[in-house]
Amino acid sequence: MSLAQRLREAELDPRLLGMGIALVAIWTVLDATTGGVFLSARNLYNLAVQSSVVGIMATGMVFVIVARHIDLSVGSVLGFTGMAMAVMQTEWLPADAGWNWPVSLAAGIALGTAIGAWQGWWVAYRGVPAFVVTLAGLLMFRGGAYLLTDGRTVAPLHATFQLIGGGLEGSIGTTWSFLLGGLAILATLASRALRRRSRRRHGFAPLPLWAEVGRCAVAVAIIAGFVMVMNAYTRPRSEVGRGVPIPVLILIATALAMTLLSRTTRFGRYVFAMGGNPEAAALSGVDVKRVTVGVFAWMGGLAALAGAVTTARLAAGTNSMGTLAELSTIAAAVIGGTSLAGGVGSVPGAILGAVIMQSLENGMVLLGVSSALRQVLIGAVLIGAVWLDSAMRRRRTST
Amino acid sequence: MTAPLVELRGVEKRFGGVYAVTGVGLALYAGEVVGVLGHNGAGKSTLMKVLSGALPLDAGEIRIDGRPVSIQSPRDARRHGIETLYQTLALAENLGAAANLFLGREIVTRLGTLDDHAMERAALEVIRRLSPHFDDVRTPVQNLSGGQRQMVAIARAIHFDARVLIMDEPTAALGPAESGAVGALIARLKAEGLGIFLVSHDLHDVFEISDRVAVLANGRLVGVRNTSEVTREQVLEMIIGGADSA
Ligand SMILES: Nc1ncnc2c1ncn2[C@@H]1O[C@H](COP(=O)(O)OP(=O)(O)OP(=O)(O)O)[C@@H](O)[C@H]1O
Ligand SMILES: [Mg+2]
Repeated sequence: MSLAQRLREAELDPRLLGMGIALVAIWTVLDATTGGVFLSARNLYNLAVQSSVVGIMATGMVFVIVARHIDLSVGSVLGFTGMAMAVMQTEWLPADAGWNWPVSLAAGIALGTAIGAWQGWWVAYRGVPAFVVTLAGLLMFRGGAYLLTDGRTVAPLHATFQLIGGGLEGSIGTTWSFLLGGLAILATLASRALRRRSRRRHGFAPLPLWAEVGRCAVAVAIIAGFVMVMNAYTRPRSEVGRGVPIPVLILIATALAMTLLSRTTRFGRYVFAMGGNPEAAALSGVDVKRVTVGVFAWMGGLAALAGAVTTARLAAGTNSMGTLAELSTIAAAVIGGTSLAGGVGSVPGAILGAVIMQSLENGMVLLGVSSALRQVLIGAVLIGAVWLDSAMRRRRTST
Repeated sequence: MTAPLVELRGVEKRFGGVYAVTGVGLALYAGEVVGVLGHNGAGKSTLMKVLSGALPLDAGEIRIDGRPVSIQSPRDARRHGIETLYQTLALAENLGAAANLFLGREIVTRLGTLDDHAMERAALEVIRRLSPHFDDVRTPVQNLSGGQRQMVAIARAIHFDARVLIMDEPTAALGPAESGAVGALIARLKAEGLGIFLVSHDLHDVFEISDRVAVLANGRLVGVRNTSEVTREQVLEMIIGGADSA
């Protein structure tokens, strides 16, 4: 049996597998060249936290790009909503109220969702190309972030709110990490078992046992390894492990939710159908305009969530937050296998893309590469990744 | 006499200044197949798209069971039991056969999530009735052959208990065995009491299957004939000459 056949039988996405291999290769090289610093618990912990903001937004960008659109405004929306949350917390709501931070967080996410829906409305119902609408959004909301406070930095933020940024106290500790990790493993195994049962019930052969066991083993290893590394990084001057950082927990929850949204809901199915053939989707009774608004609304809400994490991490609202984040977000989605032609992409791929980009960035910082050179190299990687992907696709379709 | 299943009256559809269809009146009764013929660009697909809700009409009226109805979208048409096989197939290339077949009408679990296994099983069943060798309802349809894709689109049109079936060139990409299967399928659906519009360039097929033929030329209806009362030569003349010679 050929490798390709085996992959197909195991229902492994060759693209995702390729990216996984690329990530392992990058990590191996960086670890060797940094003398073991790169794969230390401390650095991996930082890498995870650094990946979370772009990762959160990349899960939404997958939907936008799959639907044949683009959102250039996410960095500015991040900045604007982050600033709005900071102002709300410190100046509008009573500073010492316990409900202050949840209310401002919810209001911020609602604001981001509304901004996204508003942009989506222009795209869907007024026929203005998404490129133009969101380019305008990039300008407007960056300006808006400044106007909110005339450029003043806003601090201090609520102590509890700051935890979602993943600072010194912003992780859940070793016990909770073990517990959640264990739960995640159980949930993975249970969902695989349910899937096998469902396939049998509908008269389809379940995955061959070797593939099933392999999949489960890899999933368990990743979850367990992740928890152990996060627990191995200790708090300063102590032996107490930190556990999973809260922003990473938010990223994982977001990725899970968005994966389910894309694979198990009508909305997700319609986004992919629209990306594959908008006319066919409309002829099948899909309300293409409403789905378009929905896609941008999700993206706006996720940009606001990323804004909350950024603001909390800085412990302040500044009007430059999220500058150029739209580029890293789009790059993460594209490196993660999302096709700019629409119709193709996956949430796990986008997360992998975000981690790959952040690994390169982080590794080059460790190696003392200047920020100017880092930009050049990351740009080159973006071209290379997309070229590789399209070259592989050509080969696959021509044979 | 019972009202026709579908009746088009004075239907008109313009694209900019171009009259793609104008002043067309045509009825379809339950249990009958009406062949729709005409030269390339005569307006056959446009007329069918007006009925399927893909194109809103500019003037005229659509009646179902004798009552005027408003068909503004494909969903309206489906609500009235009108199912369509489009000439362009209208498949999302990146989705599998099952996802395409159920697009817009997904089977969901009790939790409201997509029940892909149930859809795959049902899709496999319908498609295999037409094409026994079909085996992969998950692979994106862009990886299927032209004929297989056409089978998927046909399966989608017949799966949902239509009363009115529009088939715009159903056998264009099919091999002889599959064409035969589709012909038999149309005969069976007709016997079940469906009304069927069959658009085709294949006069042989049309004469074999349809009860009446309607000929369009340059967006106008040239004439409607009982298939048993005309010869192929007469129909051909109507198509080419654009005049009611018979
Ligand atoms: N979306 C559109 N925009 C503009 N003009 C159109 C459009 N669709 C069809 N037309 C025009 O309307 C006329 C009728 O086209 P239609 O597709 O109905 O022809 P047809 O009879 O189905 O032809 P064929 O046998 O080639 O399928 C043609 O002149 C065509 O150019
Ligand atoms: Mg046509």
